[in-house]
Amino acid sequence: MAVKTLTIDGKAISAREEQTILQAARENGITIPTLCQLNGTSNIGACRLCLVEVAGVPKLLPACVTLVGEGMQVSTDSEKIHEYRKMIVELLFAERNHVCAACVENGHCELQDLAISVGMDHSRYDYMNPKCAVDITHKRYGIDHNRCVLCGRCVRVCDEIEGAHTWDFQGRGANTRTISDMFVPWGQAVSCTSCGKCVQACPTGAIFRRGSTVAEMQKDRTRLDFIVTAREKKQWIA
Amino acid sequence: MSQRIVIDPVTRIEGHAKISIQLDDQGQVEGARFHVTEFRGFEKFCLGRPFWEMPGITARICGICPISHILGSAKAGDAILAVKVSEQANKLRRLMNLGQYVQSHALSFFHLSAPDFLLGWDSDPASRNVFGLIKANPDLARKGIRLRQFGQEIISLLGGSKIHPAWAVPGGVRGPLTTEGIDWIKDRLPEANETAELALTLFKGMMGKFKAETQIFGNFPSLFMSLVGPDGEWEHHDGGLRFVDAAGNILADHVAAADYQTVIGEAVEPWSYLKFPYFKLMGYPAGGYRVGPLARLNCAEHMQTPRAERELQEFKSLSSGSVNNTFLYHYARLVEIIAALDAIERLVDDPDILSDMVRADAGVNNLRGVGITEAPRGTLFHDYTVNRDGLLEHVNLIVSTGQNNLAMNRTVEQIAKHYVHGEKIEEGMLNRVEAGIRCYDPCLSCSTHAIGQMPMEVSLLAANGSVLDTVARG
Repeated sequence: MAVKTLTIDGKAISAREEQTILQAARENGITIPTLCQLNGTSNIGACRLCLVEVAGVPKLLPACVTLVGEGMQVSTDSEKIHEYRKMIVELLFAERNHVCAACVENGHCELQDLAISVGMDHSRYDYMNPKCAVDITHKRYGIDHNRCVLCGRCVRVCDEIEGAHTWDFQGRGANTRTISDMFVPWGQAVSCTSCGKCVQACPTGAIFRRGSTVAEMQKDRTRLDFIVTAREKKQWIA
Repeated sequence: MSQRIVIDPVTRIEGHAKISIQLDDQGQVEGARFHVTEFRGFEKFCLGRPFWEMPGITARICGICPISHILGSAKAGDAILAVKVSEQANKLRRLMNLGQYVQSHALSFFHLSAPDFLLGWDSDPASRNVFGLIKANPDLARKGIRLRQFGQEIISLLGGSKIHPAWAVPGGVRGPLTTEGIDWIKDRLPEANETAELALTLFKGMMGKFKAETQIFGNFPSLFMSLVGPDGEWEHHDGGLRFVDAAGNILADHVAAADYQTVIGEAVEPWSYLKFPYFKLMGYPAGGYRVGPLARLNCAEHMQTPRAERELQEFKSLSSGSVNNTFLYHYARLVEIIAALDAIERLVDDPDILSDMVRADAGVNNLRGVGITEAPRGTLFHDYTVNRDGLLEHVNLIVSTGQNNLAMNRTVEQIAKHYVHGEKIEEGMLNRVEAGIRCYDPCLSCSTHAIGQMPMEVSLLAANGSVLDTVARG
């Protein structure tokens, strides 16, 4: 196991060579905001919130999929990065219909927390107000595409942890939609085991327990960690 | 030359409205209308949402009586689930509604209307408000503000926040009261009782002074509607609908929520966003009725506690039939604060309010659900139709203020005809016209789903539309 030494925000740290900048930073108590990243599932670098600056590299790099390197000088905290993060969150809000006040996830939402942490008080971009459906055909759960940020956590957790691969994406760009099976209502998706992992994985109120009322959804992602640890390390610890 | 005076917007009410007064060639009032000028569209944009979210969404209609929408919506949800909520949950819902009665009625009396009574209709409009009241009578103002706080705090103790607590849900409520909460309420009850009695004594003492207002501010025969209990007692949350006429005769009784459309129709006029509900058996507009504190006291035969019963009977003795004077809405409101405080006192001694068996779980078992509750301003209807999954396909909201629409128009006309003469507009005269509206404590943001600010502008228009005179205040 080779070890690399690098600096993050001026702090000298060492990390194993297979670790990402994000993992190394977290091990050393340095916070980098993320949204699509979910412990126990693969990293896809989709949301771009974990962008960091690396000395000598002209573009920003996503910390979740960039491996540490010897002598790397990483900066997670600059005006440029702050501006990008804020812009990304504003774009997420502008892309769908996020109405926190009436949302099942209000007060427990990762997107809402991100907006607060980046200091977003409004979106500088025109709201697209897309017409999005709500699917509560499933007996226990529902999906509201108005609140979906296309992070893909549900897709990965369903595929990689549950092994069902009920969820996937349809379409391109802003028109992308999360779909169940071959674009059938969730209640008719025969591959779905109703395990509820996607509910726990979803960072917003997009996937929720059916019957939830405003601000009532609280998700427990440690359950996913527990399953992955048990499977990979044969250790049944929370 | 005929002229038109416009009061726009009306001040010290919840929401946005204007009043127009039409003068004839001799400068006499020919007619007057109360226009609600904004539109919010909740009935439309809620379509497609799961009905479980409706208490939280419709609560946002209003910041003054969100509790009424939460409760009305939760009751409609109960009907869709086809569950009967537990006794405990219902008591908790009732407690929250009572808290709201205290806070909303205290707001109407002390903050919005007392400046007229205590500082005078013709006093300087710049200080004819709650701040002027604080200056003139700091002790009374403080008591009023604390009475409102008492009601607000009950809501907060139950639901976690004073405004928009998403606490009542289809099937029950999210949680009970705590022993600390009970202690707080018991601790503050004596003070609340004292203030309520003081306000009632004060108002009764002023009745002689307000003989003219009592006779002129919307004094006309009409029907009244409210919920009543099984024995015809005062009710604010459960029970069935009762209609009484001006003479006090019962025209319809114990109408269940699901059957409301057998007795109520809704008419639309092109000059207002507010619909005009009417009693179907008498048609439109003859079947116009009033709701709210005055209607509840006219419909109720008795109260549940001796103190409230004494006040009710004293109130009823003002007339042989129904009390028809709109000005006495203020009086009725104060009687209701007493009744609410008595009911709160009884509930906080009931062990059921600490029970955690407060939420029934069920799927969609009815495609339609109607919830009725008595908001402080009057009867509120939430009527939902959902698909098999529970997504809303049709929403009909009939809100308290809407049902007072015909009466408010009539009140405005009556006051205008009495006080408004000639081409020059006096500010105090306009204040009386507005005060007629304030009697109803209308909530226009509720009734039309409107938002607005409340500066006021009055225009005097000639028959050809040219402006003869304008009075504005910010």
